[in-house]
This record gives sequence, C-alpha cells and structure tokens, in this order.
Amino acid sequence: MPIKLPIYMDYHATTPVDPRVVEAMVPYFTEHFGNAASRNHPFGWEAEEAVDTARKQVADLIGASAKEIVFTSGATESDNLAIKGVADMYREKGNHIITCVTEHKAVIDTCKRLEKDGYRVTYLPVQKDGRITLDELEAAITDQTILITIMAANNEIGVIQPLAEIGTIAKERGVLFHTDAVQIVGKVPFHVNDLKVDIASLSAHKMYGPKGVGALYVRRRNPRVLLSPIIHGGGHERGMRSGTLNVPGIVGFGKAAELCRREMATESERLRGLRDYLNDELHKSLDEIFVNGSIEHRLPHNLNISFAYVEGESLLMGINDVAVSSGSACTSASLEPSYVLKALGAGDDLAHSSIRFGLGRWTTKEEVDYVVDKLTSVVGRLRDMSPLYELAKEGVDLSTMQWQTD
Amino acid sequence: MAYSSKVIDHYENPRNVGSLPKDDPNVGTGLVGAPECGDVMKLQVRVNPATGVIDEAKFKTFGCGSAIASSSLATEWLKGRTVEEALAIKNLDIVNELSLPPVKIHCSVLAEDAIRAAIADYRKKRSAV
Repeated sequence: MPIKLPIYMDYHATTPVDPRVVEAMVPYFTEHFGNAASRNHPFGWEAEEAVDTARKQVADLIGASAKEIVFTSGATESDNLAIKGVADMYREKGNHIITCVTEHKAVIDTCKRLEKDGYRVTYLPVQKDGRITLDELEAAITDQTILITIMAANNEIGVIQPLAEIGTIAKERGVLFHTDAVQIVGKVPFHVNDLKVDIASLSAHKMYGPKGVGALYVRRRNPRVLLSPIIHGGGHERGMRSGTLNVPGIVGFGKAAELCRREMATESERLRGLRDYLNDELHKSLDEIFVNGSIEHRLPHNLNISFAYVEGESLLMGINDVAVSSGSACTSASLEPSYVLKALGAGDDLAHSSIRFGLGRWTTKEEVDYVVDKLTSVVGRLRDMSPLYELAKEGVDLSTMQWQTD
Repeated sequence: MAYSSKVIDHYENPRNVGSLPKDDPNVGTGLVGAPECGDVMKLQVRVNPATGVIDEAKFKTFGCGSAIASSSLATEWLKGRTVEEALAIKNLDIVNELSLPPVKIHCSVLAEDAIRAAIADYRKKRSAV
C-alpha cells in the first residue's frame, strides 16, 4: 500500500473522527435537531433518547451505569468539575488534595487555583519509570484529605499509574479517587469498579469521536459522590452541569465508545505490535536512544524516546512530513522543556531531545517503516553536526562539563 | 514554527559544518550554551597570523533550526573578515538576515557569543605565544 504523506503519528493530541461516528452524528444536526431538555414534544424526545443511548454506550465502555455519566464540553471541564466540585462539596470534611507532578495542566492548574482559595495540595513526585509510589501516597494522606486525583495514563509518556492499588488505598482511608482517564479509555480495559475509581474524566476526541464533548463519571453507590456544579443554569445533567446538551457530539461520543469497546482487544494488540516494532527498529539502527518512562506499565500505542545529542525541534524539522510531538522547549508555548520528562529526573537535555509517537487506528506498518528510515537518517545527520555528540565520542563526560550560560 | 526560507535552507544545507584542530595556535574555539537549555554551539575560526584575516570557519550546533541556521550563517560571514571585522557582527544582523521570529532571538545572541568566544580564544592563544 502506498504511503500518504504527511503521516499522522500524534494520536495522543487528537484523533480523526471515525467515519462510522460521523455517520451516526449527521442526522442529529438536521432531522433530529431537538433540544434534549424539551419534554413536551417528539423533537425533544428523539434527542433525549439519542443522549440516553450514548450515555449507556459510554457507561458500558467503563463498566459504569448510565446514570453515572455527566456530559461536559471536554476533559478540561471534566477535570475542573471533578476537582473544584469535590473541593467545594466536601469543604467541611477537609481541605487537602493529593495529586502528582506529571498530571495534565487541567488538573495541576485547577489544583493551583484551589491553593489560592486556602486548600492544601500535595504534588507527589514520580520515580524514573513515571509512576508514583504507594508508600508516598499513603504517607501523604491526612485526616483533612478529601481527594486523590491521579491520572490513569500520561499524555506524554503513556505511563499507566497503579490505579487499582490507588483505588484500594483511597477506599480504605475514606478519600475520593478521581482519575483523568482521557488517554486510557477506549485503548485498554478500564473498569471503574475493578479499579475502585470514584470519578473519572473522559474525552471523545481522543477516541475517534468529535472535539468539544467529554464526560465525567461520577459514582452513585459505595460511595455516592456529590459534586458542586461549576456551571450554573437550567439544572441539566442532574444539576451537575447546566447547559443545553450537545446532542450530535454526544451521539458521536456514544458511537465512538461502542466502537472502542468492540474493537479494543484486537486493536490494542495490533498497536502494541507496531509500537514494539517501531521501538525495536529504532534501537537497531541508532545508538544512545532512551525510552522515557516504564515500558511495562504503558499504553500500547505510545512511545516516547530521547535521541541523545540531538535537539527535538531540529529533529521535527527534519521529519516534517511526519506529525509527532517533542518535549523540547523550542516546541512549547512556554519555552520550557516538558515538565513531565523533567519529573522523571533524566535531565533537561534528554527532555529537549525527546519525541512522542502516538500510534492509532489508521497507523500502518509501512508508515512505521517510513518513520524509522527517516529518523535514522535525520538523527545521523544532526549528530554529525552536534558538538555534544563529538564531545561524547571523544570520551568527555557531558554531565561534569562546565557550560557557559547567562 | 513557520521559518523563513533562509532558515530552512541553512538547516537543510548547513555551510561549514565540522571541526578544526583546536590545539592549532591559529585556531580559536568558542563553545557556548548548555545542553539543559536546549542549545550548544561550537564555532571555530582559523586566522592567518600574517594578515589577521579569518580564512576558515567551522561550526557544530545542538539546537533548534534557527540555532543551526544562525551558526551556519555566522561561519559564512566570518570567512574573509579580519578579527576586528568579525567582532562587528551583531546578533541583530543575524535576526534580520534570517527573519528570525521574536522567540528565536536568543539563537542569534548565542551565535554572537560564539563568535566572541572563538576570537577571545584565538587572542588568548596568540598572546601566550
């Protein structure tokens, strides 16, 4: 099969909408355009029925019941609702929240906002493999702790946290457990009861659904979780999230969830095979490349590699017909290297040299072969012009060198 | 990052990549930047001691496309100049020539630093002779 350029290998950023999802959505823009909150005519009933179906489809994917799904505008809103909603609702019980340094900004910045309001937040460190330790989690819990919010799988390095263990600890200590499950849901099995998750953030556009739709799973039994709303209005979504429902988007989310549930087992194995092949081939053709984070506890479609002595942005320029991301400062709006990679303790230089590959539903072996060939030649070319590579080959220990910095 | 065609040209066809013997008394070496900051430039000049003219310039750069382009351009400009003329090269000349965006100005500053460091090294060697 011929390769179509450019190649998309950035499925952690977003995914294309599956044509089967688009097909399911289309009638809800035109024929069935009703407001799901219109209770007194068939236009409203059709819309409500479609939302109920989608609610069930999303719930089934994560082993929840339909009533536990609250639709939102996306995972950033879901994270905000979960954290601010718990913080406000359980203020009488305590003011302490535990999270982790490698969380998505939607979690970290929400926690920082709460600190301004008098809440106390513990940011757990991660080990070199990208996972928190359970000992540190247990030690951080106090009688004031109301929420543990730890992501399921990281968006940069794909590392999966010990969710079931965290859930067990949270339950034993009577603390609610929220997880940003955006990257994991639809990719590998994620069941809220097995993992003892109380609240979970989901996003449609990371699983072949449309942008602008997300959901929050909110447990209704053992325990019944209550959240203060952050958006007030007509009392939609059991009062937790007001606003007219995005019916076509929600229908698409439901369809995307159904497809993921049906195809996950074969698809995750196919992607694991391709990811391992990518990793193996790169290691065969290049020396001094390092996988960031645990390979064992990792999403099957993620690979994050540092190519020592080569800067990430210049690497991306050399493979400009391949869409991937880098942890390099030069590719970020903040001009800081990836805080996730820095948290692994590997050194900023390796963060600058990193590339994140996200494989997905339409990734082919031919594409992986193309990417390996291209990367091998570009890394070789850039190393030939890298003073760091030259010094390292002369036997200089770069970590002990004195660098001239302003 | 939308780069100018000149940056892309220097990135794809860098001029004067390589190294000169750093123990040569007529060679000055500048190594500036730091790996943890995401850019390191090594710039070398070989000066004809009789005329004071730079007859060879080489660079190696770890950094983004504009860092590579800035140092590549610097080596082009250095060749044929006297040491004094070389010191007159300012980072803004590089910014203008390459149409660097504001967030990449530090790359040009680093290239100017590299030129100064290389010439300072050359002068230090000569004064020791």
